[in-house]
Amino acid sequence: MNQDIYVVIEHLQGQVADISFISLAAARDLAQETGGQAVGVLLGHNVQDLASTLAADGVLYADHPALAEFTADAYQKTVASLIGKNEPRAVFFGNTSIGADVASVLSARLSLPLVSSCVSITGGKITSKICGGKIMAESELAKTTTLITMIPGGYKAEQGQSEQSPDVTSFNVPTLDDLRVMLKQYIQPEAGDVDISKESILVAIGRGIQTEDNIELAEELAELLGGTVCSSRPIVDQGWLPTSRMVGKSGKTVKPKLYLALGISGAPEHVEGMAESEMIVAVNMDPNAPIFDIATYGIEFDFFDLIDPLLELVEAAKRG
Amino acid sequence: MTNIVAIVKMVPDLVEELEINDNGTGLARDWLRLIINEFDNHAIEQAILLKERDGGEVTVIAPEAEGVEDMLFTTAAKGADRMIKLTSDFAEDTNNHALARAFAETAKAFQPDLILTGVQANDDLDGPVGPLVAEYLGMPYVGYISGVMIEDGKAIVRKEYPGGLIGEMEVVLPAVLGIQAGEEPPRYVAISKVRQMMKTTEIDEQEIPELDPSGGARINRMYLPEAAGRAEMITGGEEEIAAKLVEIFKEVGAL
Repeated sequence: MNQDIYVVIEHLQGQVADISFISLAAARDLAQETGGQAVGVLLGHNVQDLASTLAADGVLYADHPALAEFTADAYQKTVASLIGKNEPRAVFFGNTSIGADVASVLSARLSLPLVSSCVSITGGKITSKICGGKIMAESELAKTTTLITMIPGGYKAEQGQSEQSPDVTSFNVPTLDDLRVMLKQYIQPEAGDVDISKESILVAIGRGIQTEDNIELAEELAELLGGTVCSSRPIVDQGWLPTSRMVGKSGKTVKPKLYLALGISGAPEHVEGMAESEMIVAVNMDPNAPIFDIATYGIEFDFFDLIDPLLELVEAAKRG
Repeated sequence: MTNIVAIVKMVPDLVEELEINDNGTGLARDWLRLIINEFDNHAIEQAILLKERDGGEVTVIAPEAEGVEDMLFTTAAKGADRMIKLTSDFAEDTNNHALARAFAETAKAFQPDLILTGVQANDDLDGPVGPLVAEYLGMPYVGYISGVMIEDGKAIVRKEYPGGLIGEMEVVLPAVLGIQAGEEPPRYVAISKVRQMMKTTEIDEQEIPELDPSGGARINRMYLPEAAGRAEMITGGEEEIAAKLVEIFKEVGAL
């Protein structure tokens, strides 16, 4: 086994995902512990240029037409053969639609240990964040190659970016026939009536809003503030708001002047879409809600008791 | 006709306060309130929708846990044909690798065309269950799914990517899919219907003689996060808080 730390680089439609830069930052921390190098692993077809922004000691590149678009099947085979040959100390993936589909399968296929939802690495300790951000768990590298999936929160993407293009070395792609998963097409997201990523005031609602009827109250407030209503995932899954209003992992990333979070607990999947807001004000009844850890102002209160007096005062302020 | 197995587990209810066990390596289970993993609930909805659309059977498999029987009878009330409770020595350190081996072994007997499960669960520490089950059964896996159609022995699925992008994928069956959201929100069933199921249906029990957790992360320490950059808390009655909020709104130019 060598002491290098690999990062499987995720990219979609010509763009490297932030989670891969974040993973590189973590991989560099870990490589310092092991005395190895932080190595990017790039899979694709005619995408060698994507390696140029990676803050890696080197990049291993697999070029094959079957890797032109992500499919779990082709990625699993290619990364499995690389790990089998080189036996790196650890391999990072995003805990994402791409990385999670690959890492777990490889854990079972190659009998390698897997740690998921890792947020940071310090002094060789792998720290994961689970239960919607309410529990931390610490583990360490196993004796064999350890697979790790990363979530955002511990590093900034810039820490994994560099202008000094790393050396790129090609590696052999295994036979990629009999693939059982094929991409038919990409479907672009519906534009929706407003682009929440361009709004400067957002009133965000979460599970705490309880019923569909209560959305009206949030909409009324948003309108008075010259803003728009957006939400966390459960609201969209209930069909109460369209997908175009969703903030977080599979939704939009927003950076408004004011993010007023009503009944949002602050699970990592949501936080990654709004953590960069200029000001976050959170209203939640649960004193342990992780949203209070990233908010500028926190209010431990029942939103329903607050909304009426708030609407009244805001209306009064508008009237001058 | 699609033969579907839904794989489901109970997870901590995050509305409740969570505590760490005496060893400091896991959650304290004594007072822990469990609920169905919300993504598994979506997987059940998707399974029932497929059955209603194309015909077939739905078998739901879940490991023994507090509240699991009520949950299983609820799936029966929604339209599941068969419920299986796995029994074993599910100790505090059971991980998804051990569960996945048990699920795979049990699911195999039904020769499913499709295995649906939640894309993740809030207590996953060694990856989600779905891809592990897929690999143990030699089936393909695709996760982050929010739409499934069966056509000519294949599944056409909608896979979610960041920013709302969807990848439409074709998957050879049999396959395991990790469901992010069903095509419809999980349906509501009346308690009376669940009660009726308790009288008229039965949950099969299957014992898993030995759990094999190898491949999971070994947890050295579990703890509650320290409140790092904690928010400045605004306190007082609703009038006071509302007044303070108006000031903040003015400060950022919203008023």
